[in-house]
Amino acid sequence: MRLSLRFLFLLAACGVALGCRREERDYRPGMPFISAPRFADYDESAYSVSEGKRLFQAFNCNGCHSLGGGGMGPALMDDAWIYGYEPEQIFETISHGRPNGMPAFGGPEGATPGVTVAGTVPKYQRWQLAAYVRSLSGLVPRNAAPSRSDHMKNKPPENEQDPQSPVVAPPPPEMPK
Amino acid sequence: MTRWLPFAVVVAAAGCAVPQRQSALDPAGVQAGRIHGLWDLYLWVCVAVYVLAMAVLMAAIVRRTRAGASDAPVTEPPVNRELRMGVVVAACVGVTAVILFVFLISDFVTGNRINALTDPAAQTVIVTGHQWWWEVQYQDATPSNIVTCANEIHVPVGRTIHFELQAADVIHSFWVPNLHGKTDLIPGHTTHTFVRADQPGEYWGQCAEFCGFQHANMRFVLVAEPEEDFQHWLAAQRPPAAEPTTESQKKGQTVFLTRSYVLCHTITGTPAASRVGPDLTHVGSRPRLGAGTLPNTRGNLAGWVSDPHGVKPGVRMPPNPLEPDELRALLDYLENLK
Repeated sequence: MRLSLRFLFLLAACGVALGCRREERDYRPGMPFISAPRFADYDESAYSVSEGKRLFQAFNCNGCHSLGGGGMGPALMDDAWIYGYEPEQIFETISHGRPNGMPAFGGPEGATPGVTVAGTVPKYQRWQLAAYVRSLSGLVPRNAAPSRSDHMKNKPPENEQDPQSPVVAPPPPEMPK
Repeated sequence: MTRWLPFAVVVAAAGCAVPQRQSALDPAGVQAGRIHGLWDLYLWVCVAVYVLAMAVLMAAIVRRTRAGASDAPVTEPPVNRELRMGVVVAACVGVTAVILFVFLISDFVTGNRINALTDPAAQTVIVTGHQWWWEVQYQDATPSNIVTCANEIHVPVGRTIHFELQAADVIHSFWVPNLHGKTDLIPGHTTHTFVRADQPGEYWGQCAEFCGFQHANMRFVLVAEPEEDFQHWLAAQRPPAAEPTTESQKKGQTVFLTRSYVLCHTITGTPAASRVGPDLTHVGSRPRLGAGTLPNTRGNLAGWVSDPHGVKPGVRMPPNPLEPDELRALLDYLENLK
């Protein structure tokens, strides 16, 4: 082989070797000795966001939020956030609930008295759910957001969602006692 | 002689607890028997052809070597030689064509025969493939007799069972090598297969279509047993879960209902009614855990409920670090669910 061709081949081989850096996936999530996560670990990990999508369906978040369009609960794919759009705030919403009916998935008693969920969603799964909720309004990097779903299309896929600049919306009026 | 008897009984019983050799070459049903027959035909015909071809090749090499590498002219006239070679080649091509037609027709006939085992009155079992476990539901005209279990199928010997196959997420494939071929489970589409076991025994089933990280550990046990044993088992699966009686079991039930287990599993008779994960109503009497990954012993159950990713990395079930007394109580509760 000519020298220039050999050089090109070597360069290409180096490029391939450096590009083979697979995302590190934690197969023992939630064990006590794992250090506190960084939010970017979840927001920028396609695996975490797609796990959040799976859990969103498995834990029936669709029952009130129906794929981000809302219903009994507020819409999640718009720009209006009542209780905050930062990952920690969404995590807090999921863990301890909110007034007017959001249950607490992190423990027995939540912000709405009488609205409880039996059982506890593990912490790392609540972070994954928070990451997915952010992806519903386009707030996670596009290459981490999930693509089109297998079921009937009723909204753009998350990785085609235009980023909605979040604004804090006023909370809804208190539920009548 | 009597000294060896208990030992022999234990060994025989242990052998009965382990499913017999999982192999398509070990048929225990009429369909697998036909597939095995076809395989035999193909094998021996191909062996004969191979041996013949090699023999002719060896003969040609040996003859040429014996004749020496001499450049002595060939005495036979070229036309005769060409004709002779032409006849031989034509004959071989003809024999090959005949063999291929024999293969084609036997394959077609076998395929027809193994799919002809339909029975409109067969017991219907809906098998749904999930990543990476099997949901099994025995249908019945009376809704309260419908039985849902997981990773374990019982069939009566000699009776055809109709499997309705569905998939919850990706394509899987239902395969019990000892009994039948593979039938795919395709999401959004119901496929059907009819299976009949002709010999009693325990047979391994396997997912035969790559479905993700733990495809290799997506197995199930199919138990073929006499009719009354099958009815007995089915009747034992119908009642709701056994109530906890001891203090430890009651605490175990509380642990189950306040941790993440309740969010994904069903135990009939309790508030746990989710269908994301396998039904655990009678988990204490299952032979294996984790879709065939582990034998169902107390130690394995402890490892599975606290750290399933240590056994089956990537599985959907999250780890649940438990305090020792909570773990003991949970094990007591789950072992009681027979």
